[in-house]
Amino acid sequence: MGNITLKKVNKSFGETQVIPGIDLDIKEGEFVVFVGPSGCGKSTLLRLIAGLEDTTSGTIEIDGRDVTGEAPAKRGLAMVFQSYALYPHMTVRNNIAFPLKMAKLDPALIDKKVTEAARVLNLTSYLERRPGQLSGGQRQRVAIGRAIVREPSAFLFDEPLSNLDASLRGTMRLEISELHHQLKTTMIYVTHDQVEAMTMADKIVVLNAGNIEQVGSPLELYNKPDNLFVAGFIGSPRMNFASGEIAAPFNAPTIGFRPEHTKLSKESGSWAGVVGVAEHLGSDTFLHVHVDGIGMVTVRTGGDVPVNHGDKVFLTPDAERVHRFDAKGLAIR
Amino acid sequence: MARAISTKRKAVFTVAAWIVALIIFFPILYTIITSFKSETEAIAGFNMIPSGTMESYGAVQDQYNYFKPFMNSVVLSVGSTILALLIAIPAAWSMAFSPTKRTKDILMWMLSTKMMPAVAVLFPMYLIFRNLGLLDSRIGLTVMLTMINLPIVVWMLYTYFREIPSEILEAARMDGASLWNEIIYVLTPMAVPGIASTMLLNIILAWNEAFWTIRLTATDAAPLTAFISSFSSPQGLFWAKLSAASTLAIAPILIMGWFSQKQLVRGLTFGAVK
Repeated sequence: MGNITLKKVNKSFGETQVIPGIDLDIKEGEFVVFVGPSGCGKSTLLRLIAGLEDTTSGTIEIDGRDVTGEAPAKRGLAMVFQSYALYPHMTVRNNIAFPLKMAKLDPALIDKKVTEAARVLNLTSYLERRPGQLSGGQRQRVAIGRAIVREPSAFLFDEPLSNLDASLRGTMRLEISELHHQLKTTMIYVTHDQVEAMTMADKIVVLNAGNIEQVGSPLELYNKPDNLFVAGFIGSPRMNFASGEIAAPFNAPTIGFRPEHTKLSKESGSWAGVVGVAEHLGSDTFLHVHVDGIGMVTVRTGGDVPVNHGDKVFLTPDAERVHRFDAKGLAIR
Repeated sequence: MARAISTKRKAVFTVAAWIVALIIFFPILYTIITSFKSETEAIAGFNMIPSGTMESYGAVQDQYNYFKPFMNSVVLSVGSTILALLIAIPAAWSMAFSPTKRTKDILMWMLSTKMMPAVAVLFPMYLIFRNLGLLDSRIGLTVMLTMINLPIVVWMLYTYFREIPSEILEAARMDGASLWNEIIYVLTPMAVPGIASTMLLNIILAWNEAFWTIRLTATDAAPLTAFISSFSSPQGLFWAKLSAASTLAIAPILIMGWFSQKQLVRGLTFGAVK
């Protein structure tokens, strides 16, 4: 189980409307990522589903049951917080056992479940330690352990990796994805990092100013963004945009083309430009090229490109992969 | 060179601090010294070296039973502290984690009651106590001391609770903890250092409270403050005996304060730096 349906969910804090009215369907077993810039309402939306905030209007259903007015614990969901939110005065064992104790389960059963969760998460040798004695990654695993022992109908993750360093973030990303494959439970994951969204999600919900801009699989959003916002937000480095005379040959007020779909040549091409900063990543090189009429254009090329700062180059967008947008910023298809 | 100057400055400040501390501590020290003098020595003039006689202590214990006011002080200070905590923990919880627009006003209003001189309500309080038959009773005085210190207890606990990340309480809520489970299993254990120092401070304040304890008691519920004041008039001034009584009165709280000073300092500066 784990179908979650939002119907016209609206949230205001006093006069400020944070979420103007959202309809969303999350199916059982899906890994859904809410992504968007800071302040777009993604965390608020997750907290509304969790029951940590009350909706101003609209309904939230879990497996067909209206839970809009229910307390968080009654919704059968588990949450992993950005700050881990472990109980600092309890051992790892007691942290993981806490929800089971609150549910008044038999102590022998609690022990069995905690041991099993610790085994899955490689925490067995840390069970008697306190959170303060663990590293960031271990703490996050304890927080996940505390969530999985409850066998919830869905997991809610609120930016769980943003306190970790880059390499650990990569590892934990894989672990969470692996966990999803094992448990096959619905997961809702909030992040501002579009790389996390692209790599983990079955379905991405792009939010901006409390509104859903687009819902789709990672590749759908990458290949067919509905509007300028999604086009600019999904993909790294971000899409280049051009308008006016440059866009006119494509019959659109604005066009977008991705750095990886732009060809670089020293001899000829559609637009002439001058190379600015070159970022060498080894496998790739990101060139920032100044083109008259567009401004700075990012181009993604192979690792070894014989161009230097100040060189004159020519750029040609892959015509098949140019995205066209109307005056309102919506995609023309 | 710079190092030499800073060492010299440090020495000057240290000496100055010791001098100020000694000036502040001197009355207490001289009281203790005088308590080991005979009455003749005590009125003979300034003298830092006592003969070491214990006669004043013996006289105090013979004439007045020290144990009874001591027990009253213990019951009143500990009792009023427990009562105050029972009221203040839920109050501070709701103000810290579920504040409304008026929370700050309520806190200020509570503190403002501490700014009023106690003597302003002496008559109404005395009449209320008399009519309810609470004069010279431990129960009446315990309630009184609870009321007096409640604003400070709520304020201190509010400050501690505010330091606890609300995400942890939200996690407890997600984990199925009821409001009381949340307070008992999560909030209180995390706030133990804060609650402990609030408790210590409140015991000290209640122990030292002299305005109401002297005026609302006679013999049955009289704590050590009343015990000291009873020495000052009836038989003329006996400095050595008065000093011995005072030393006996302050000794328990001084010893407690000494052993818990780390906890107290941490409590009073908690939240000052992050």
